[in-house]
Amino acid sequence: MSSKPDIYTTKRRGRITNMLFTSACFLATMTCIFLLVLLIWNIIIQGKGWLSWEFIERLPSRFPDKAGIKTALWGSIWLISLTAMFSVPLGVGAALYLEEYAPRSRWRKLIQLNIANLAGVPSIVYGILGLGLFVRALQLERSVLSGALTLTLVVLPIIILASQEALRAVPDSIRRSAYALGATRWQTVWYQVLPASLPGIMTGVILSLSRALGEAAPLIAVGAMAYVPFVPERLTDEFTALPIQIFIWTSRPQEDFHHLAAAGILVLLVVLVSMNAIAIFVRHKYGKKIRW
Amino acid sequence: MASTPSVKKHMQSSDKTTSDHSKSPIVRPSIPEGKSMRTADELAQATEKISVTDLSFYYSENRALTDISLSIPERCVTAFIGPSGCGKSTFLRCFNRMNDMIEGTRVEGEILLEGQNIYSPRTDIVSLRKRIGMVFQKSTPFPKSIFDNVSFGPKIAGIRRKKDLFEIVERSLQRSALWDEVKDRLSESALNLSGGQQQRLCIARALANDPDILLMDEPASALDPASTARIEDLIFELKEQYTIVIVTHNMQQAARVSDQAAFFYQGLLVESGATEELFTNPRKQQTEDYITGRFG
Amino acid sequence: MEDRSNQEQSTKIEGGEAAVIQLSRVSSLEKAGGLWCSLRPFYEGCIHFMLFVCASISILVTVGIVVVLLYESVQFFYDVPILEFLTGTRWSPLLKPQHFGILPLLCGTMLVAGGSAIVAVPIGLGTAIYLSEYASPRFRDIVKPMLEILAGIPSVVFGYLAIVFVSPIIREIFPSAGVFNAASACIVVGIMILPMIISLSEDILQSVPLSLRAAAFALGANKFEVTVRVIVPAALSGIMASFLLAISRAIGETMAVTLAAGATPKLTLNPLESIQTMTAYIVQVSQGDTPTGTLEYRTIFAVGLALFITTMVMNVIAQYILSRVGERYE
Ligand SMILES: Nc1ncnc2c1ncn2[C@@H]1O[C@H](COP(=O)(O)OP(=O)(O)OP(=O)(O)O)[C@@H](O)[C@H]1O
Ligand SMILES: [Mg+2]
Repeated sequence: MSSKPDIYTTKRRGRITNMLFTSACFLATMTCIFLLVLLIWNIIIQGKGWLSWEFIERLPSRFPDKAGIKTALWGSIWLISLTAMFSVPLGVGAALYLEEYAPRSRWRKLIQLNIANLAGVPSIVYGILGLGLFVRALQLERSVLSGALTLTLVVLPIIILASQEALRAVPDSIRRSAYALGATRWQTVWYQVLPASLPGIMTGVILSLSRALGEAAPLIAVGAMAYVPFVPERLTDEFTALPIQIFIWTSRPQEDFHHLAAAGILVLLVVLVSMNAIAIFVRHKYGKKIRW
Repeated sequence: MASTPSVKKHMQSSDKTTSDHSKSPIVRPSIPEGKSMRTADELAQATEKISVTDLSFYYSENRALTDISLSIPERCVTAFIGPSGCGKSTFLRCFNRMNDMIEGTRVEGEILLEGQNIYSPRTDIVSLRKRIGMVFQKSTPFPKSIFDNVSFGPKIAGIRRKKDLFEIVERSLQRSALWDEVKDRLSESALNLSGGQQQRLCIARALANDPDILLMDEPASALDPASTARIEDLIFELKEQYTIVIVTHNMQQAARVSDQAAFFYQGLLVESGATEELFTNPRKQQTEDYITGRFG
Repeated sequence: MEDRSNQEQSTKIEGGEAAVIQLSRVSSLEKAGGLWCSLRPFYEGCIHFMLFVCASISILVTVGIVVVLLYESVQFFYDVPILEFLTGTRWSPLLKPQHFGILPLLCGTMLVAGGSAIVAVPIGLGTAIYLSEYASPRFRDIVKPMLEILAGIPSVVFGYLAIVFVSPIIREIFPSAGVFNAASACIVVGIMILPMIISLSEDILQSVPLSLRAAAFALGANKFEVTVRVIVPAALSGIMASFLLAISRAIGETMAVTLAAGATPKLTLNPLESIQTMTAYIVQVSQGDTPTGTLEYRTIFAVGLALFITTMVMNVIAQYILSRVGERYE
């Protein structure tokens, strides 16, 4: 009748496509959640009967019901502590240089681009670098030190990028005020910028370290041992790690080892989720307080 | 360069093209009781604190300031006025070399602080900035406690004893008229203070360095009238001890607080002189148009 | 300190009485610093230098990767002609007769990367659109941490899931499939790269300015039309970059494919067969005790070089696209 559309009715076809599209997107989102729940549920079902205090305290063994993760767990603790010791000062230092010191030059752009690309290099490639550099060239052999240095290379770009972001979030007015009070560059950074960006940096560091905790590939490349019957005591000791132990157990055909792997994964996931929770807590608790 | 106001008076009639006496004179708002405004003669007798000679300033290729010469007398308030973008802030930042932080900037001419060239290669920027405090338009407290904010300057200057620091903090807060409001909560976060209190905290923070000179870039423009009045009172108090340079968009404020005023337009210093003179009897048409609000 | 007192002297002469009073007040602060003042520039310089070294390490790492990979690869290419390496269709360095054609490994890698993209791209893009355009803030607050958890699950866990959970299901549906098959690897790697696609794409979608949406709505478009005709096209290059980054991640993915896809280098596109990827091969050799300096040992570096170049090229392209997207809305 009228050539002008009635404002109370939408085009029917448009409405259906609109609805279908919305449902499809919603379905995709629900699929993600469903997959996550399904996967974790599966692991819990498989592993929960095998998880016990003895499992954490026992040494590795050929017999599934006697096997434990003591050496793997300690190996991982060693690796993470060393990696944190190496990567945090280096990563935060590099971020400070790029954000607070470097002039906006071509050199800075180059470093920045380089770091972004390093973050995308597969971890196994770092493993090969570790093999060539630390294990062979520096003669560190298949030691905890080699492993930790390799993991340092893996997480370094991530820590740098996260720290840079945290530093960038500190408003320039803070820096200007400090300079105007006669602070030198380092005093400005040390007393004002770094404390203000600490929650962000901490979050980034924790998340990167949790990534390092789950890495197995670079460690295998530098020759982490499958079977190490003792807990590492020196930097030069051989080592294994939790993800490697899980890998070994999973690659066995026997069902029982798969249960062991699931139990190992549960331990690993509990640690990872706790670390994530700490990161979220830090971000909320200390991040909120500072409103610019 | 400091041409005395008496000389300026003579130039006045020749400079001003249209002297229209029917215009209502700008009423100078009342001055807080017990405070005195420096008269033109007093101004002429004051010691010169800073002298600027032929200063030009460039952002990369853009010239933001052209051949500025100005004398800033000691223990007086000098106000910079002018339309937005005319280079007031840029000029102010030249005094404590905050412009050095911006890449690609260049300065020509000289600024002498008690005879020493601020831009000499021998100048230690850190010492310079300790002698010339700065307060910004937006209050910028560090996200730390009130005590830490005020004690930052002395701390980085090497004072570590808690007792000394406390003394400095108390004195600075008292001078900035904030002590009574915060003395019971020095360890609270400075971000919990109100806007006006934060601004006075920033002034206290600058005072803790024991400077001779205070630069203020629109210190009250983000504040409500009551807080603004407190800041203005404070400026009145402070000028007994400090040389103050203030940038403001508020003509009333400039007239209220300053002893000397300088009007800038497009990077040029159009006119400067005792506030009384400049506001009641401007020599240039541009100045008059601006201060009477008939600008542009 | 020396400098400072000299300066005071000269000012005293030039500045007159008033200046003396002022300066003595100021220098009381200065003196408390003591020796510190004269050491300050040196100290600052040292810190600057140390931080510079920290930043330069990233360059050294890149150089290190290239040098280590090239050093051993060049020796490898003395024994194996580069043409044979790039075009050979058989890969069996650990068995006699040895063959050094990387195509089967490359094919396996691409099969897994392509397969995982098929799994991840529709779900990831759909989720990103839903989260960015439709979801309520509360829903987002619930879903995003869950995606972060998914992103934080280590690769070896996905390998476990592929073997214990996904592979049996696939063999149920396709009885011809082996225990180790490319399909299970594709599925778990697809799940792995999902969070990456979602978060990158969502960021890109969010960065499309509100004014564009408003303009489209004002023209009478409904939500579907606005999203599909306006927002997604505006964000398309960025979304493509996120796919590239995710696929590059899938190419470099190691533990899950090593566990799930098997260890039989094969020139096939059949996802139900067992294959081997470049990464899985590196793990296989690393696990064994291959003596240093042998041809077999050097294959790791040659394959590593191929892997490095592939991912690097994809990353550089993606970074380039993203940097241009960033400029557009600045
Ligand atoms: N960091 C900078 N880089 C380049 N140009 C700048 C910079 N800061 C200011 N300018 C330019 O210098 C000129 C003077 O700016 P300035 O900030 O000094 O003006 P202003 O008088 O303080 O203005 P307002 O009253 O709005 O604060 C302007 O044209 C401005 O565009
Ligand atoms: Mg300004």
